[in-house]
Amino acid sequence: MEKPSIKQLKEICSQVRRDIVRMVHGVQSGHPGASLGCTEFFVALYFHQMKHNKDFDPKGLGEDLFFLSNGHISPVWYSVLARSGYFPAEELATFRKIDSRLQGHPATEEGLPGIRIASGSLGQGLSVAIGAALAKKLNNDTRTVYALMGDGEQQEGQIWEAAMCAPHHGVDNLIASIDVNGQQIDGPTDKIMNLLDLKAKWEAFGWQVIETENGNDIEQVIFSLEKAKGMLGNGKPVLNLLRTDMGYGVDFMVGTHKWHGIAPDDEQLASALGQLEETLGDY
Amino acid sequence: MEKTLDTKFTYTEKKDTRSGFGDGFLEVGRKNPDVVGLCADLIGSLKMGAFQKEFPDRFFQVGIAEANMMGVAAGLTIGGKIPYTGTFANFSTGRVYDQIRQSIAYSGKNVKICASHAGLTLGEDGATHQILEDVGMMRMLPHMTVINPCDYNQTKAATIAIADYEGPVYLRFGRPKWPIFTPANQKFEIGKAWKMIDGKDVSIFATGHLVWEAVVAEALLREEGIQAEVINLHTIKPLDTEAILDSVAKTGCAVTAEEHQLNGGMGDSVAQTLVRNHPAPLEMVGVNDSFGESGKPEDLLEKYGLNAANIVKAVKRVLARK
Repeated sequence: MEKPSIKQLKEICSQVRRDIVRMVHGVQSGHPGASLGCTEFFVALYFHQMKHNKDFDPKGLGEDLFFLSNGHISPVWYSVLARSGYFPAEELATFRKIDSRLQGHPATEEGLPGIRIASGSLGQGLSVAIGAALAKKLNNDTRTVYALMGDGEQQEGQIWEAAMCAPHHGVDNLIASIDVNGQQIDGPTDKIMNLLDLKAKWEAFGWQVIETENGNDIEQVIFSLEKAKGMLGNGKPVLNLLRTDMGYGVDFMVGTHKWHGIAPDDEQLASALGQLEETLGDY
Repeated sequence: MEKTLDTKFTYTEKKDTRSGFGDGFLEVGRKNPDVVGLCADLIGSLKMGAFQKEFPDRFFQVGIAEANMMGVAAGLTIGGKIPYTGTFANFSTGRVYDQIRQSIAYSGKNVKICASHAGLTLGEDGATHQILEDVGMMRMLPHMTVINPCDYNQTKAATIAIADYEGPVYLRFGRPKWPIFTPANQKFEIGKAWKMIDGKDVSIFATGHLVWEAVVAEALLREEGIQAEVINLHTIKPLDTEAILDSVAKTGCAVTAEEHQLNGGMGDSVAQTLVRNHPAPLEMVGVNDSFGESGKPEDLLEKYGLNAANIVKAVKRVLARK
């Protein structure tokens, strides 16, 4: 299948953003801020970078795999999975509602196609991605494992256990990204618990670190992910510092932790949708 | 005293149940190429060294980082592997409860959590390491199977059997050398209680190391004309409620015995089964809401009331309530 053009990818991003704000508005609950901020990353992965199959096979043999550690940004993942064909887009309307497969945080319990493990309690996803990457090596499966973490999540101890583990075991089929938006629930990360120099920290743990200066520029995101892929296979994993603007695409949500986990009201929804072109048809 | 007793099961050798795990792990590793191992710096204590030596590519030393170990194990299952994690019971449960809950149990991952040095019989290391709450934590988790075998042979058989079961398992065993009184190469059926001794006066449900104490207690009671039925509840979850109810329908009363807190343990499960289906007098042998302490295993079992003599006392109390 031919890869979509940059123009097409941008159109998908616009629709995904519409999905995100509509989902969160529809249930008056959920996390729009970092979902909007990570939209280019998810669209680049699922529509451009990864080899994956919408006829979902949980084992994913011969496929690239993605693990979301900061599970609260489920709206962007659900939208991208639906728009990739894993399940009907109409199902996005059930987000966080009773009897839905689209749980508040991603889960396998209800059998939503595309999800391989539950996440939400922070700090666990990188360990899981390492395990999946080790299994690929044991299976002589040469595809890549991707993971995404939050920057606030870097405060969890398990992240650093995993950071130590991957280079030690030569996990060089893994590209982990950190959504560096500088915000967490209670405020800016440097006020809550200063992360200081993440690049130096990850390099000290034995990772090859790259930086994506503007994670809301889809061309930059693709460039970084291509570059990361080129660095695999030499005994070391790759870490991508993906700098994004929380709330990107909706002017009143940009750059503030206030929209980490609240929903827009009717007026705010209308304002947000006015800024985002409907390109693939709303669900 | 034990030697002169006419116990229905006997032994010629004592061995630690963790060695049953280590030997079973090697055997299942030879049978099933998908079995892999992980250990958090306790390969010697868990007896995982033989597997590591024979299958170095299928074994991952993860260092003293149990939370990461549980996550890595969960990830390995996604590629079809059957990971066995090894560390002490304390660090296999309480330390990593949230990792097990989210990444393994809730996600239905085929991880075998293999936990050694459970209970008081860890001995001299004391209460920091003598976890007595692990069964409670694990049996509360939906999707989790909880197994606590009684001796070397049963632990070995259980270690091999759990590879063929798809789903998360908590396998609990221990450190002390313990009588080997069940047969070698036995078939281990998950969830199927084993009636070891028939009796009509009282049902003794025991698990783990205390199954042997129950066997001794049965002989002591028989000398006094009391016929106790001894049931080996190696699988605490799913509980074989049919076996429990069948036995108590006959005997009319029960005693449970386990190396665990009374709160949340196997006895609680049996009590729940009886209260809901067939209320009957029940006495429970276990640790009563306290931490352990340093000491020799047999001295600790005596001090905390977890040996055959205490099972006999519990039987007499329950018979008086019939």
